[in-house]
Amino acid sequence: MMNNATMNRKALFEAIGAVSFAMDELRLFLDTHPDCSEALAAFTESMNRRHELIAQYTRQYGPLDAYYLNTEDGWSWNEGPMPWKGEVN
Amino acid sequence: MWGYEKRLQFPVNIKNPDARAAKVIISQYGGPDGELGASLRYLSQRFAMPDPRVAGLLNDIGTEELAHLEMIGAIVSQLTRNLSTDEIIRQGFDAYFVDHTVGVYPQSAAGTPFTAAYLQSKGDPITDLMEDMGAEQKARTTYDNILKLVDDPDVIEPIKFLRQREIVHFQRFGEALGMVRDALDSKNFYYVNPAYKNGCC
Repeated sequence: MMNNATMNRKALFEAIGAVSFAMDELRLFLDTHPDCSEALAAFTESMNRRHELIAQYTRQYGPLDAYYLNTEDGWSWNEGPMPWKGEVN
Repeated sequence: MWGYEKRLQFPVNIKNPDARAAKVIISQYGGPDGELGASLRYLSQRFAMPDPRVAGLLNDIGTEELAHLEMIGAIVSQLTRNLSTDEIIRQGFDAYFVDHTVGVYPQSAAGTPFTAAYLQSKGDPITDLMEDMGAEQKARTTYDNILKLVDDPDVIEPIKFLRQREIVHFQRFGEALGMVRDALDSKNFYYVNPAYKNGCC
């Protein structure tokens, strides 16, 4: 796995997508297998990794989530292309 | 409530427009086995699901379906970018275009507008979960059919991802059905609605 610091915007965004999907999948699995310790450990590991990646992305490129918006320089939430336009990062 | 994260669950980056493909893929937006029906089905059924684990599963899958609805909308929208009037006519998109231009509208491939009649919320855990398993299989078949009709890898990859999700959801709903069955009263041989305790059963 690439070191966070060396990742460009695209790589960082893709890493967030990958780790988020791992969590989406594990969440559904854990909904019906709440006692599976292996899945729970994988979920926790992914969650910690995602937390780091999101923090770095937000710091460098702005938030993916409006609850973490930096408002010092005005309203930036709708800047840049929307995700459904493709190749946003 | 829901939050919005500015990313798709799986990337959609389509370089070449193809209105003919958009015309069939739109069925997974607002057609009989599409993502809009899926999200509304699960998010509506969860209110009457007594087992919190299963209600939580409906909530989580219903939420994921909203992300799939967004992906299908993105595919349809990107497939219909920068089309000339001539291409719209030649690619058979004129009938859609006359009503919606290139706006994304919830309808089936054949043009039937979305209707809540595509889904049920019966208030019966067994009935609802059986519908959900059928719904996932029907959506999977629709994606199989779409994959027979498209040839661009930019379209195939996200469609394959969505097809895989139907398989996983079918599996999870099957497990949820098992949980509900395990909790049934042993005298309830015929699986009469276990969520309605004050009625005849």
